[in-house]
Amino acid sequence: MSDLTKLKISEARDGLKEGKFSSRELIAAHLTAMGSAKGMNAFITETLDKAVDGATKSDDRRAKGDVGKLEGIPLAIKDLFCTKGVLTTAGSHILDGFTPQYESTVTTNLWNEGAVMLGKVNLDEFAMGSSNETSFYGNVVNPWRRTTDDQPLVPGGSSGGSASAVASNIAMGATGTDTGGSIRQPAAFTGIVGMKPTYGRCSRWGVVAFASSLDQAGPMTRSVQDAAIMLEAMCGFDPKDSTSVDMAVPNFEAALTGDIRGLKVGIPKEYRLDGISSEISALWEKGIEWLKNAGAEIVDISLPHTKYALPAYYIIAPAEASSNLARYDGVRFGLRVEGESLDDMYSKTRGEGFGEEVKRRLLIGTYALSAGYYDAYYLKAQKVRARIADDFKEAYKSVDVILTPTTPSAAFAFGEKGDDPLEMYLNDVFTVPASLAGLPGISVPAGLSADGLPLGLQILGRPFDEETVLRAAGVLEKAAEFTATPTAWWRG
Amino acid sequence: MSLDKNTVAKVANLARIRVEEKDLEPMAAELNAILGWVEQLGEVNTDDVAPMTSVADMQMRWRQDEITDGGYQPEIVANAPSEEEGFFAVPKVIE
Repeated sequence: MSDLTKLKISEARDGLKEGKFSSRELIAAHLTAMGSAKGMNAFITETLDKAVDGATKSDDRRAKGDVGKLEGIPLAIKDLFCTKGVLTTAGSHILDGFTPQYESTVTTNLWNEGAVMLGKVNLDEFAMGSSNETSFYGNVVNPWRRTTDDQPLVPGGSSGGSASAVASNIAMGATGTDTGGSIRQPAAFTGIVGMKPTYGRCSRWGVVAFASSLDQAGPMTRSVQDAAIMLEAMCGFDPKDSTSVDMAVPNFEAALTGDIRGLKVGIPKEYRLDGISSEISALWEKGIEWLKNAGAEIVDISLPHTKYALPAYYIIAPAEASSNLARYDGVRFGLRVEGESLDDMYSKTRGEGFGEEVKRRLLIGTYALSAGYYDAYYLKAQKVRARIADDFKEAYKSVDVILTPTTPSAAFAFGEKGDDPLEMYLNDVFTVPASLAGLPGISVPAGLSADGLPLGLQILGRPFDEETVLRAAGVLEKAAEFTATPTAWWRG
Repeated sequence: MSLDKNTVAKVANLARIRVEEKDLEPMAAELNAILGWVEQLGEVNTDDVAPMTSVADMQMRWRQDEITDGGYQPEIVANAPSEEEGFFAVPKVIE
């Protein structure tokens, strides 16, 4: 039964229910796939024993009629979620050996619904990156290659390990986190579905913090339906996170009616950037056509402050990170580099423990929050953020969802954008505005570039209206008929 | 607003991040490139705009002021690089 890894969550759910295979068989197939894909470097920690044990327990529960929403489904967990008794690194040297004594709320929710963990997947250090090149545990490789050459490509970031594991059929789904695009951008680069729900939907408790007013967990899967299933299991009110929203969790799967007649879809003119590749523009036009053919009404809209989203983000996120990452001091967990004094120990530990990109952002953040500069940088950025959020509020008076490309280009090769941090930051130009506004967004694989790489389209929605986002995404997915898969170069 | 080498050294000290002397200059150049790019925020009129502090319009929740957690000292110090008798141990602070 070698094709068990090709199943979507929805299909595996049916197969398990009908008794065609057990969770043990399902997990075994995925562990074999994981074992043969080491060259991709998607996993930091493989939890084989835990997976086998989890599958056995799942089969036992099923025999007793106790079946969760994700019963027996193999998942990969981004190594930013604290998992009790399992090494959690955030992709950083500074968390060396850190073994949480507690479990994050999101993963607890997943296990309560019967999901089984395969392991912890690689990411950019502290989720700071758009190419998965900043991890202390090395680069993750994209399962996709250009048809024109054999150069290894980045999987996007920061949830690069999650994206590669799902795209290469090692995991049926994976958790990601999105601060400025870290779920949607790698999903687009690897031809899978990635969803960031509204800020406050998923608890941040037990997730290593990057920028607290932006961080939000979400599912990465191989179909929109799977995203709906997994999101429903992940989210819910959590008193342990003060920004968690006390709202009932809808049946997201039921929202996938396939009917978008009369839905108003906004096309923001400011997203038509000069530097955007013609392939991306063409795909966007196709997406507009698909939704129109399905009965949606296309509305031209304006989000005037779009161009200021990235610079505002690169003040707000580093500022919040500089505060959040103050906890890595060599005292309570992780790495300690001894020094001559307490201060010297702090500085040496942090100097050695953090990578270059993290240091760069912590210094920017510290500067932006320092006396005399707070108003000019952080306060100003938060005001610009308010205007960006207002742009969306205004737009949602006349439209229900917004359709844009997910990224300005397809996946690129390692080192191609390494030298200039600003060039790398531009990867998130289409994803950051919705992050600042806290809105739900999804990336759906919608086509291939001329050299055979996946490209994604993004649908954004109103706050807490994931249902409409999913419904529109489902229609887009059906129209796009994206069935391409990467060639399995990693087996061998 | 341009950062020089000394300012970077000062900020690095505030952030408690050791940056080697030879790395200060290149770091200053990188940070200046980013801050220069951020300057464009000045083009946005933000008079009478309240800074955004929360994504969803929500009130902070109240709860009873009572102990709801605790009593697991061994777990708290389980990951400490240095621990003595249930306490975090650090280099000597007072001579």
